[in-house]
Amino acid sequence: MSTETPEPDITSRPRGRAARERMYQYLLLLCAALSILVTISIVALLARDAITFFTLVNPLDFFGGTEFLLSRDVYGLLPLLSGTLLVTVIAALIALPTGVAAAVYLSEYASDRMRSVLKPGLEVLAGIPTVVYGIFALVYVTPFLRTIGLPVNTFNILSPSIMVGIMIVPMVSSLSEDAMSAVPDSLRRAGYGMGATKFEVTTGVVLPAAASGIFSSFILALSRAIGETMIVVVAAGSQPRMLNLAEPLQNLWQGFQPMTAAMVQINSADSVSQLGFSSMFAIGLTLFAITFLLNLVSNRIAARYREEYE
Amino acid sequence: MTQNEMTSDDSTDPAAVGTTATPDPSGEPLVDQSIEVDGTDSSAQAGREQVIEARDLNVFYGDVQALQDITMSIPENQVTAMIGPSGCGKSTFLRSINRMNDLIDTARVDGELYFEGKNIYDDDVDPVALRRRIGMVFQHPNPFPKSIYDNVAYGLRIQDETENLDQKVETALKRAALWDEVEDQLDKSALDLSGGQQQRLCIARAIAVDPDVILMDEPASALDPIATSKIEDLIEELAEEFTVVIVTHNMQQAARISDKTAVFLTGGELVEFGDTQSIFENPEHQRVEDYITGKFG
Repeated sequence: MSTETPEPDITSRPRGRAARERMYQYLLLLCAALSILVTISIVALLARDAITFFTLVNPLDFFGGTEFLLSRDVYGLLPLLSGTLLVTVIAALIALPTGVAAAVYLSEYASDRMRSVLKPGLEVLAGIPTVVYGIFALVYVTPFLRTIGLPVNTFNILSPSIMVGIMIVPMVSSLSEDAMSAVPDSLRRAGYGMGATKFEVTTGVVLPAAASGIFSSFILALSRAIGETMIVVVAAGSQPRMLNLAEPLQNLWQGFQPMTAAMVQINSADSVSQLGFSSMFAIGLTLFAITFLLNLVSNRIAARYREEYE
Repeated sequence: MTQNEMTSDDSTDPAAVGTTATPDPSGEPLVDQSIEVDGTDSSAQAGREQVIEARDLNVFYGDVQALQDITMSIPENQVTAMIGPSGCGKSTFLRSINRMNDLIDTARVDGELYFEGKNIYDDDVDPVALRRRIGMVFQHPNPFPKSIYDNVAYGLRIQDETENLDQKVETALKRAALWDEVEDQLDKSALDLSGGQQQRLCIARAIAVDPDVILMDEPASALDPIATSKIEDLIEELAEEFTVVIVTHNMQQAARISDKTAVFLTGGELVEFGDTQSIFENPEHQRVEDYITGKFG
């Protein structure tokens, strides 16, 4: 733009620049909007098909039903929800403490060398196809559980839930570590300066300061567990079953069919009624609603507890 | 006595030692305690006890020497200021007093530094116990992202001294001249306070556990002039109960608030140390005079 004339011309613009700039802007907007548009379309189609289902089945019978039998056109959500709930709770019990502990180690204790070995290791864990986890659960974990004396069936909810838990550890640890690493060193120094030990600084200063990020990692990991499909399809069996609240431990040894697995079964079944097929969308919409709510809660809590640092 | 207290896990009363000498209400030194830089034995001096004494202290960061043969004594219940240009080692010296340099991987310390007669670089010294008796206030206010109350209570809680916690928190906030501004909002996040208030909160947090010594690393450099003058008033008051060691790059500040001044010049060398008045009015070394009068630095 600069010219060599004694009086520099600072008024003329290259022709077409404004149009070009606008074009860039719209192009970028299009990309940003694309994923949102696709998501909205998916939800809309999901809702449309689910509404078809709900015109034929009373929503109360669906959400309150304790039996799910495709062959008899009985579509109760609760057995599927039981399976999903079990997977989520067991996976959370495994992944949340382990993930946070791993994150604490990586962020506060590990030497640079140790970190350079462990972090890629955890990331590899996140890159394993979930069907491999499922087969591993069926072929190795279940027999192992039997060897240590647990009365698990061939298809049981415990093994796949353990594998789902292991699968989401990297998610918890990586996001939690990011949150802890973002805690300024000045806070750690303040703690040490008060005569706190490393563990006291970690638990009393770093973890609370990183709480919102850690909590977000929990919610994301739980959403992932709720939506996990392949592992439970392979190893959890396909028996929709209500939770046995009288003997909670019994639940662990038995097979369940979480919501995702039921959808797969409906989709791949040879003969399924029109109603059965549309039930898939009702289940899918419910799944979406659950994870959407979780994310909403997570955002609220994160915003409330987020601390801003310089 | 101190040997046992510093190395044992018992939480003995940290105030027991620091209060043996009665502070002089006038704030003037009882006797002239000018200390020769070339390291004469300061224990021979009458009057105040020398709380901290460095003997041929050298600190290295990797291959770089940050402090060279520092020998000096810091008297009890006075304000000792360290001044000097950037990179002169004054902050390094401050951090070596409560072993915060331990947190820097490359730092290596050579020589001796006595705290109440015990060399803190002896193998049996626990830096955690040491830091409970030598508190620190940093350059930038660094309150924890917790409530005002929890910030002040932090040190007491990690030491399990939670009896009369409310009372102790109130006392610390009063001593830090912050109570009047926050007494109705102790549950509020400390991060909502202004910079000057945050720094006074950090001072309250440091004194709540009743340490013997408070180290301050340019505590007012990130604050505006009004907040700075509040901190300066506070420091002078604190010296009635605590030994205060302050690093500052502000020479007027050192002249205003300190009893003793140590001048560090480039290369980690302690060039002159003595009564603040004589350092500023009649420095022995030309380099110190040049620095103080603003000819360099």
